Amino acid sequence: MSDMAAQSSAQTELPRAKTDWLPLLLIPALALLALPFVGSPSTWVTLTVAGLAMGMMIFLMASGLTLVFGLMDIINFGHGVFISLGAYATLLVLGPLAGWAQADSLGLNLGLLGLCILTAMGVTGIVGAVFERVIVRPVYGSHLKQILVTMGGLIVTEQLIHAIWGASPIPIPLPQSLRGAFVLGDIVMERYRVVAVIIGLVVFIGMQLLLNRTRIGLLIRAGVENPEMVEALGYRIRRLFVSVFIAGSALAGLGGVMWAFYRQTLTAGMGMEVMVLVFIVIIIGGLGSVGGCFVGSILVALVANYVGFIEPKLALISNILVMALVLIWRPQGLFPVARR
Amino acid sequence: MSTSPALARPFDETRRRGGFLSSLLSSDLPRSRALSLILFAILLLLAATPFLFSGSQPVGTAAKICVFIVLVASYDLLLGYSGIVSFAHTMFFGIGGYGIAIALERVSPTWGSVAIGLAAALALSAVLAIAIGLLSLRVRAIFFSMITLAVASAAAVLASQLSDITGGEDGLSFQLPPSLRPAFRLLSEPVLGTMINGRLLAYYLVFFVSLAVFLALLRIVNSPFGRVLQAIRENEFRAEALGYRVVAYRTAASVISALAATIAGALLALWLRYNGPDTTLSFSIMVDILLMVVIGGMGTMYGAVIGAALFVLAQSYLQVLMGAGSAALAGIPLLPNLIHPDRWLLWLGALFIISVYAFPGGIVGRLRQVKTIKAKRET
Repeated sequence: MSDMAAQSSAQTELPRAKTDWLPLLLIPALALLALPFVGSPSTWVTLTVAGLAMGMMIFLMASGLTLVFGLMDIINFGHGVFISLGAYATLLVLGPLAGWAQADSLGLNLGLLGLCILTAMGVTGIVGAVFERVIVRPVYGSHLKQILVTMGGLIVTEQLIHAIWGASPIPIPLPQSLRGAFVLGDIVMERYRVVAVIIGLVVFIGMQLLLNRTRIGLLIRAGVENPEMVEALGYRIRRLFVSVFIAGSALAGLGGVMWAFYRQTLTAGMGMEVMVLVFIVIIIGGLGSVGGCFVGSILVALVANYVGFIEPKLALISNILVMALVLIWRPQGLFPVARR
Repeated sequence: MSTSPALARPFDETRRRGGFLSSLLSSDLPRSRALSLILFAILLLLAATPFLFSGSQPVGTAAKICVFIVLVASYDLLLGYSGIVSFAHTMFFGIGGYGIAIALERVSPTWGSVAIGLAAALALSAVLAIAIGLLSLRVRAIFFSMITLAVASAAAVLASQLSDITGGEDGLSFQLPPSLRPAFRLLSEPVLGTMINGRLLAYYLVFFVSLAVFLALLRIVNSPFGRVLQAIRENEFRAEALGYRVVAYRTAASVISALAATIAGALLALWLRYNGPDTTLSFSIMVDILLMVVIGGMGTMYGAVIGAALFVLAQSYLQVLMGAGSAALAGIPLLPNLIHPDRWLLWLGALFIISVYAFPGGIVGRLRQVKTIKAKRET
């Protein structure tokens, strides 16, 4: 009898969860709204592409943090140091393969970027595993201690970067064929920004597929909703926690590489500087929501770009204004995560 | 039947012992002989520094300790007593500094402008603290940390960009009111070999205002209001169920703490005769405050005294020691780098992490614990 019921319920399709389109519509609405203020369409396209690229880089850096928070309820204030660490890890590749950066071949240049990204993700992944074990694990469940201890981890790791690579800023060159810009008529698009948009999109789509189409993704989403239940069903939630933390750190490393080539200088504080934006973005998106983080990143970057063009003085506080407006509209962020 | 004195004692012990000292310290005595001695020594040293040491560095260090005691104690009101992590504390510190700097630089170097600058700074701090509190404490405490971080960084950027008002990256140097200038002489004869000049008066202004604000904060955390804050820290839900408006209490705590930080900023600006982004607004000062609170001891006002004194001394003198150690280890790879004088934060950071894990009460908690363990053994 109960078997029958189970079977019939398995056959009848569950009603799909409604997609919340409203926040997604914000981006095109904002872009269209900015058009008359910017004036010329070609400038507008340039600004929009630049904003999208910026947004993608912020998303790369923020996605790991929001994922870790969503699943583990851990707020990692030391996340920024993984961004710096990923950026410094490029030196491991750029040192021996300096010739590849100078070579005038797109293949070699992109290969170099790819190698940098892989190395950075490897290094930050390993350090992330250590960080989770040593710093974070003893303070699961207490936000106050997490904030304090991860700040401590941030201080120590930042100082270690100073001790290993020196305290002065290090210039890193952008590979030859990624410099300059594509010009289509009046429209100017920096090449590196286009690459950043592509990598950002690939990572976002990859994460969405992983989270929504695979068994691991299912477990992660279930863990966000109710970790005890996942554990009761016989899955080792601990192992899942650790791998998500490592993945989150590696994503920060990836974001760090992209950010480093964009700035073309390395400083140990660069991660912490961008963390302010990262926090704004994950608050706007809703703590724990990857999609919200994506929308939030692009929103913040576009607003910063448009406002910076129209009224430069206002650009300094445009992020805060966007955050305040979003929080007044939806106090839990654009895509609130159900459990919290 | 009368209650035996032994039974009655634990309840009202501190209040009954009463006396001047107890009422001055709001019945919150150090409760550890070692701690009392250390605190007394710090107080005496700070009070007598201008007469004990010659040269400007020791007095400068002492003034910095006084200012940071107020700053750290006010931060402890938030972190230790209310369980809120704010990263905007340097913003209020900076507002105090800029209030004094702008008033003295743009209006006139008189006591009147000191008052105007301080009042304006206090008002601005209060408004900002209320706004941030109501916007973010309403949702989740963790939002507060992130939002204050964002707001503080925006404030730092604004201060360095609005150079017409704030002097930008260079900051503002200004003249003090005449009676605080080095050329001013209160007495024509030196006392105990020290000239009683305007600089000395400025030091004692910093010292006594700091002492007063510290005692006021001690009073606040031991008042019924302070008890409610601690109740909210321990169990927000239960406090709410008992009928306390959690958001109102938390916002009030953040306003009080912001006002005290503003006073600290004003004192620092008066002492340095300068205010700029690096002296009051930078994120590294926020990190310093965190280190001082946690190493000294969260949730104990005395922890602020110990933390600030230890940290500022380490900042001024530990580097010399590490430089010597680093030179001694020259030749070994990486090791000299680790104890290079510039890496002193590495070790304080490690101490910070260990403090959070091993002794959440910091140094003060540790000293008090020693006492209770001993007392248990004796009984």
